[in-house]
Amino acid sequence: MISLAFYGLTALLFAAALLVILSKNPMSSVLWMVVAFFAITGHYVLLNAQFLVVVNLVVYAGAIMVLFIYTVMLLNLSKDSEPRRSLLVRLAGIASGGLLLTVLVGALRRSQEAATGDLAQVGATSLVGLVKPLGLVLFRDFLLPFELSSALFLAALVGAVALGKKEAGD
Amino acid sequence: MDETTLLCLIPALPLFGFLVTGLGGKRLGKGVPGWIATAATGLSFALALALFIGHPDGFGAAAGLGIKLFDWIPAAGLDLSFGLMLDPLALIMTLVITGVGFLIHLYSVGYMAHDEGAPRFFSFMNLFVFSMLLLVLADNYALMFVGWEGVGLCSYLLIGFWFTKDEYNAAAVKAFVMNRIGDLGFLLGLFAMVATFGSLSFDVVFGKAAAYSTASSPAVTLIALLLFVGAMGKSAQIPLYTWLPDAMAGPTPVSALIHAATMVTAGIYMVIRSHALYDLAPLALQAIAYVGLATAIWAGLIALSQRDIKKVLAYSTVSQLGLMFLALGVGAYSTGYFHVFTHAFFKALLFLGAGSVIHALSGEQDIRKMGGLRKKLPVTYLTFLVGTLAISGIPPFAGFFSKDAILAAAFEKSPLLWGLGVFAALLTAVYMGRLFILVFHGQGRGSGKVHPHESPWTMTLPLVLLALGSTFAGFLGLPAVFGLPNWMEDFLAPAAGPSAARLEPGTEWLLMGISVAVALSGLGFALWKYGSKRVVPKEDKKVKGLVRWSLERFRVDELYDTAIVRPLFALSAWISAVANDRFVDGAVGRTAALVAWAGGKVRLIQTGNTVFYLFAMTLGVIVIAAVAALG
Amino acid sequence: MGGITLDHYIYLSVALFAVGVTGVLIRRNILVMIMGIELMLNAVNLLLAATSAYRGDGEGQVFVFFIMLVAAAEIAVGLAIITMIYRNTGSIDVKDYNRLKG
Repeated sequence: MISLAFYGLTALLFAAALLVILSKNPMSSVLWMVVAFFAITGHYVLLNAQFLVVVNLVVYAGAIMVLFIYTVMLLNLSKDSEPRRSLLVRLAGIASGGLLLTVLVGALRRSQEAATGDLAQVGATSLVGLVKPLGLVLFRDFLLPFELSSALFLAALVGAVALGKKEAGD
Repeated sequence: MDETTLLCLIPALPLFGFLVTGLGGKRLGKGVPGWIATAATGLSFALALALFIGHPDGFGAAAGLGIKLFDWIPAAGLDLSFGLMLDPLALIMTLVITGVGFLIHLYSVGYMAHDEGAPRFFSFMNLFVFSMLLLVLADNYALMFVGWEGVGLCSYLLIGFWFTKDEYNAAAVKAFVMNRIGDLGFLLGLFAMVATFGSLSFDVVFGKAAAYSTASSPAVTLIALLLFVGAMGKSAQIPLYTWLPDAMAGPTPVSALIHAATMVTAGIYMVIRSHALYDLAPLALQAIAYVGLATAIWAGLIALSQRDIKKVLAYSTVSQLGLMFLALGVGAYSTGYFHVFTHAFFKALLFLGAGSVIHALSGEQDIRKMGGLRKKLPVTYLTFLVGTLAISGIPPFAGFFSKDAILAAAFEKSPLLWGLGVFAALLTAVYMGRLFILVFHGQGRGSGKVHPHESPWTMTLPLVLLALGSTFAGFLGLPAVFGLPNWMEDFLAPAAGPSAARLEPGTEWLLMGISVAVALSGLGFALWKYGSKRVVPKEDKKVKGLVRWSLERFRVDELYDTAIVRPLFALSAWISAVANDRFVDGAVGRTAALVAWAGGKVRLIQTGNTVFYLFAMTLGVIVIAAVAALG
Repeated sequence: MGGITLDHYIYLSVALFAVGVTGVLIRRNILVMIMGIELMLNAVNLLLAATSAYRGDGEGQVFVFFIMLVAAAEIAVGLAIITMIYRNTGSIDVKDYNRLKG
């Protein structure tokens, strides 16, 4: 049962990802991206990472993708204004991606990892993804990075506003 | 405060004075640096005097007062330490250096009052006093060499004090370079000393030397000769003497302190200090005697015709130094020192007096334009007269006793040496008489625009004190015939060995009589030749023959220039053009060009094409992953 | 079908990552390229979360949280920059962004 869910989600995920990069219309790419995020969220559910489920949906699918949609619309992109690469470059790109895949798989195949266990088991019993234990870890061991990231957000906010302003004379 | 602390303070005070005046400079206020420097030197003198009063035998019985301050260079087998040692010789030199130095500093306060660079002047003067004290108080040759170099440096700094004039800078460089040539000999001597005795410390070296047989030993002779080369440079003997007359470019107090009373006597001090070595090297002693005598006569001949008041005194100094070395060369060490002692007084007096005259005439130094100053500068006149009589060897002034002792010692060794020495003394009387008469007597030959006036008390007080010294200092070294003790010889005996001449009383009186007669005849000749009111000195061009040759200083400078200076400059120009520009600079330039070329090629990677960058990045990741996978 | 082990998740992440890289290399539209980068980030997130769950160590998921955080900030600033560049150059084609030529 769990395996079925896993493979189904994986297939969905790949389909969506491939459609993201292959769509001619950027709007389509964005929407397929949203689908891909949902698939990933599904994986998080399988892993019983409850907190991440929520955060992934809200932050990624919700905020980030909305920003993307907003920008695509702002720049008024459509199928026609899409630049195309030459065939040679596209082949080279695919080849590079494939090569990377092969090398990484080859590298990781040899790696020894101590973690064992079946997903069904892990998904049912894993407690680390629950909000309370995660919160404890976050606010106990990672308090400083947490606070610093708020400073980071402030910087990003100010930066984005400053960059987005129209200069005098534009 | 115990005595070793006092000993350390003696050089420390001028060092402190140097630092304060050097760093404070003009900020201290007008005239303050001068008083600080004078006070530092004066205090050192007071401390030295205190030590002397406490130990009238100069620590002779105790074999010296010593202190090791710290380990300086602990090299394997040759431990050099920074140590001070005070024995009779060092003590008396310290008294002279700080005493005469104090008077000259006091004089300089007045002399340099209007000079912009006065703080710098006084800091250099204090540094000089410190270096000289270090030289005489050192307890090993290496530290003495530090002081040796230090006085050479200060000599350079002070000669070229008015550095805006190129010729003064040239004179300063000349002094320094000639000193350095001598120092090379000194250094080689030190190396030979280490090779022979394994140490540079006085007690070790002299102790081991005593173990040598009295026959002449080649190793020790070599050391002695090399050390003397150093003395030749520092004390202006032939052939390294031409720097001293040129050094008159510096302010007159500098000439008085460095080139009359102290620095030039460093060579003498060194030889006396090393007498244990020189006693084992009769060949070296002979060389010293001949060089000294030759220098005395050579310089005396040149002094006879010089026009510049300071140049006459400079050549006179060279000549007197020659006599001192003559004394050393015949083995009469403390006699030689006695002349150093008296010479310090009357030569400093003469130089400061000359400075007073120059100051009064607003910078005039040509004696052909002087004259008739007797009534206008009374104190200067009287003190200069005392100095002239002293240097000419008229009793009872100081120069008579010391010069006569040297001549007696020379006679004991060889009548020929004595005869030539007497000739040198005659020359002294003649050129000094000439100088005195032309400057002070007769009619004023100046331009009439300046109105000479006597100098301020800060300048005349030292003159008076030095004149008193020149008068009475001679009594410290009375010859045996008077039946009274020879204090100088007894005082220095632990350090320098017995050295006064032992002659029959009859011979001794006869020699003294001849000395006095020679001096008087010299002065009389000068009076006859130059005293007549109608004598008008000739223009330079009209001078002919031997006098001309003397005037041109026997063309020695020109000889050095053609034989040594020019070839060196040519060599250095060649090296600069070929070795430096072509090879060294070329290599550097070519390396730079190579780097620039490589950079130009690497720059092409920055295409600005983002896609290219991305591909490159991906390729890099692939390579790293592959290496990680396989490795 | 056997159990799903961590290995499966590893292969999944790697493949997703490779898809992201390919997306970046073959597209010229800057927005799509950024989406490819997002895919890469998510691949890593997935792997971290999976490893954390399998090993029972909460730190992995905390790290995922931080990555998302930073990604959000990055997107905000990045899109602002792209808007700016579009205003200045009038193009979203990466080929036209070559003013930093060496």
